[in-house]
Amino acid sequence: MMSSAMLIDLLQIILLTLTTVAVMVVAGFRRDHGLVNVLTQCGLFAALLVFAVIRPVTPLQVTPLLIIDEYSLFFSSLIIIGAIAVTAMAYPYFEKHHQMNEEFYLLVLCGTLGGVVMAASNHFVSFFIGMEMMGISLYAMIAYTVHAKQPAKFPLEAAIKYLILSGIASAVMLFGMALIYAMVGTFEFPLLAAATGGLDASLHPLMLTGYLMIIVGIAFKLSLVPFHMWTPDVYEGAPLPVTAFLATISKIAMVAVAMRLLLAAQAFSFGQVTSVLSLLAAASMILGNLLAVMQSNIKRLLAYSSIAHLGYLMVVIIAAVAVPELLSIESMGFYIAAYFCMTIAGFAVLSALSNAGKEMDSIVDFQGLFWRNPWLATVMIVVLFSLAGIPLTAGFIGKFYIFTTGVEGQLWYLLTMLIIGSAIGLYYYLRLIYTMLQEPHHNLANDPAAVRLPLGLNAVMTAMTVAIIYLGVYPTAFIKTLQSLASTL
Amino acid sequence: MILVWLMAILFAGGIGAALAESRGAEHPRAVALAAILIDLFLVILMLVAPDSLGLGTASTVAQLGQHGEWLVLLKAEWIPRFGVSFIFGVDGLSLMLVALTIFLGLIALGAAWGEIKQRSGFFYFNLLWTLAGVIGVFTSLDLFLFFFFWEVMLIPMYFIIAIWGHENKEYAAMKFFIFTQVSGLLMLLSILMLVYFHYSATNVLTFNYFQLLGTKLPANVATWVMLGFFIAFATKLPVVPFHNWLPDAHSQAPTAGSVILAGVLLKTGAYGLLRFTVPLFPDESVSFAPIAMTLGVVSILYTAKVAFAQNDIKRLIAYTSVSHMGFVLLGIYAWNAQAVQGAVMTMLAHGFSAAALFMLAGGLQHRIHTREMDKMGGFWGVAPKLSFMALFFTVAAVGMPGLGNFIGEFLVLLGSFQVSIIKTAFATMGVVVAAVYSLIVIQKVFHGKNKNNYVMADLSAMEFICYALMMIGLVWMGMYPQTMLDMAQPALQGLGVVFPR
Repeated sequence: MMSSAMLIDLLQIILLTLTTVAVMVVAGFRRDHGLVNVLTQCGLFAALLVFAVIRPVTPLQVTPLLIIDEYSLFFSSLIIIGAIAVTAMAYPYFEKHHQMNEEFYLLVLCGTLGGVVMAASNHFVSFFIGMEMMGISLYAMIAYTVHAKQPAKFPLEAAIKYLILSGIASAVMLFGMALIYAMVGTFEFPLLAAATGGLDASLHPLMLTGYLMIIVGIAFKLSLVPFHMWTPDVYEGAPLPVTAFLATISKIAMVAVAMRLLLAAQAFSFGQVTSVLSLLAAASMILGNLLAVMQSNIKRLLAYSSIAHLGYLMVVIIAAVAVPELLSIESMGFYIAAYFCMTIAGFAVLSALSNAGKEMDSIVDFQGLFWRNPWLATVMIVVLFSLAGIPLTAGFIGKFYIFTTGVEGQLWYLLTMLIIGSAIGLYYYLRLIYTMLQEPHHNLANDPAAVRLPLGLNAVMTAMTVAIIYLGVYPTAFIKTLQSLASTL
Repeated sequence: MILVWLMAILFAGGIGAALAESRGAEHPRAVALAAILIDLFLVILMLVAPDSLGLGTASTVAQLGQHGEWLVLLKAEWIPRFGVSFIFGVDGLSLMLVALTIFLGLIALGAAWGEIKQRSGFFYFNLLWTLAGVIGVFTSLDLFLFFFFWEVMLIPMYFIIAIWGHENKEYAAMKFFIFTQVSGLLMLLSILMLVYFHYSATNVLTFNYFQLLGTKLPANVATWVMLGFFIAFATKLPVVPFHNWLPDAHSQAPTAGSVILAGVLLKTGAYGLLRFTVPLFPDESVSFAPIAMTLGVVSILYTAKVAFAQNDIKRLIAYTSVSHMGFVLLGIYAWNAQAVQGAVMTMLAHGFSAAALFMLAGGLQHRIHTREMDKMGGFWGVAPKLSFMALFFTVAAVGMPGLGNFIGEFLVLLGSFQVSIIKTAFATMGVVVAAVYSLIVIQKVFHGKNKNNYVMADLSAMEFICYALMMIGLVWMGMYPQTMLDMAQPALQGLGVVFPR
């Protein structure tokens, strides 16, 4: 039975759906890029702020599929803020440089809806539906500029690559789910633990295989080594706002649901799951950073850096075996928020310099940026320092959280990898900073950095930079929020 | 509160300097000068008349318990989740180092005065922020806060080297940053392990230095945790084999950067060993002392020899810095009254002499655009005042009796003699080698023939004042070291050094 409390709890999802329909109808009657953009923003803001007005009854299981609690709301808020940022980036990126932009927002909204469903999912079915909704929107978004006369990048190649690999990953994951269902007869996360409780892994190879297959799917979406091959190519080939979407929203939604699944199902009671995850984490930290060193394209560099950062994040997820779950969730929440702010801000800077016709994403394009446009360069420097984990930034407190959790979980081997990875990471972050500090090129006629920034983009950059520094200097308030959400899970 | 003001004035001054650039290229340095002078005034007030600031009253000291005489203390919550708080305090040792920092900040400003023409606003911003970060390092008594400042002082220094450095600045700046940052991460890991074991023993999660003192770690872990701290500080000091970053950073940095690096940043390493490594891990330090002292001796001799082989004058001075810091390490790990007092004196005196030497080298480079000694010669005839200063500070660095460095090195050797005669004997040989490489510099650069017929301006009034101030300081330290020794003694007793009655 649907009660009114359940409907209220679903408001975020309902509002997003309504916005999607509204955008579709409006775009059908009137092709007006600005109007559709504003409408999308309004819908996203409404969905973001609706719970500031009406407090939901939490936590509430709405149908067996979804659960709305502080945990899901935290992640869905991040996802919606991410969508707002992507929408803000998309307008100046496409306007005047690309025809027929209205459907793009439809895809952004559908993808966001998928992400929000994943964040609230408590059931294999909603997990899969959310993931595919986002995935299918992404195929189209990546290929969006394919009919442009001169697309800035190679959207078709990227989209095909993502379509095929992501399809295979989904299939593997679906098979894993089926195996688990065959063993325990349920799709609901909370019932999995009861069914698995006390099972000996060696006696239940099917169960273990099921979990490992699901982990392969998750690792693909989070682009953990060795399932990372698609990441740099797709990041580079996709239009910039889509890359930002991929790097933030799709990762965050997957982390949210993966953490909930692993904790609720007590998958860690299988020792093999922990060892496989540790292996993935270590490989991602080391290889992600090593390969980033060799990149001369900033989108690729950020792709590898995100691989490494997801590797760092896995350390806290693995630590959940040994430390109190509360600490693990708290660390994960903080790190994901820090990662979100830095990634969005970084892509916002790139997008300020680029448009659908030409993307300034090579390291050479950043030479002397600090003197050409101090504000953009300052944002980028803050982002890079934060990615490198230097104090005064959110990235530092995030890394501090990982260290704390790792020490408490006594994961010495992973922490060593983390230190080595961070050391390598410093090199390429600093190299980029140094490039921005160099003297600019001489021929600076129509320098893209000299233009005035669009208002929305500037607001995104300012908000994210302030957030990075605020979380780095005074994290206490945010930590309290995280503690309360962790305690309700 | 006064300590926070010291930092706040520098932070604000830095922002002010950056903003002032739009009004004209001359404005930033004036803002920076004002900020440093206010700080200098405050710190002198703290040194000579602490009572006038309401410092040293019973209430502030009492909060700290029986850990020596603490002059100032400020405590406030920061991140209660982790038991992290703002705890700033100074004892005699920190106060002297803070005074040294601000004083050398003034000298660095003097060095930059005529040299930094481009983008001066951002330069002075970085200079002041480095100083503020260093003051934070010398005054924080919460391990998290300490680590925080430890990293904060790096970033502006990185910018100083990377933007205003010389021909190979990218490499040098990168190396400087990575060395310090990676060793810093090791320290962070050690801090967290210490805190974690303290937490599991007492159920109190805190980074408070005073509460963490005396934490008992499991024996197999303790050595590793101690090593984490040691490596971080030894990299900064630096000690062979972690010294590799220093010659590059020093030779590539602009003059003001080298002055701050050599005069102040190296001391943070020594300070960390004194304040944290040894007091936090007394037993492990005792068993580690022979190795550390050996490393000190190796540093003294090896880098003295390498210095002798240099042709680049800044690299040469950089290596001699490492050599002198070897004495500091030797003194700290001998851990008796004379040796540690000697280490503190060496820190202060080296702060002056190395800063002056780097300023001279930088001044020469600014004048003749080369650092290669092969091209120099006969400068005494061209620039007698500059040459005299060079002679004075070179002799000071070698350890001429009557000047500060002599007191420091003598006390270190006196103290370490009681611990290990052999190591002391080898360390003393370092003094001999020092005389050789120093006199070579004087001979090559200032005597002989001016082969390339360089013509150069002699010291400007600004430079002259800077050198004169440092001279006075060194002579004072050499003639009446009791001022500094008296100040350091209660602080060192608080750290656990036993002084004979």
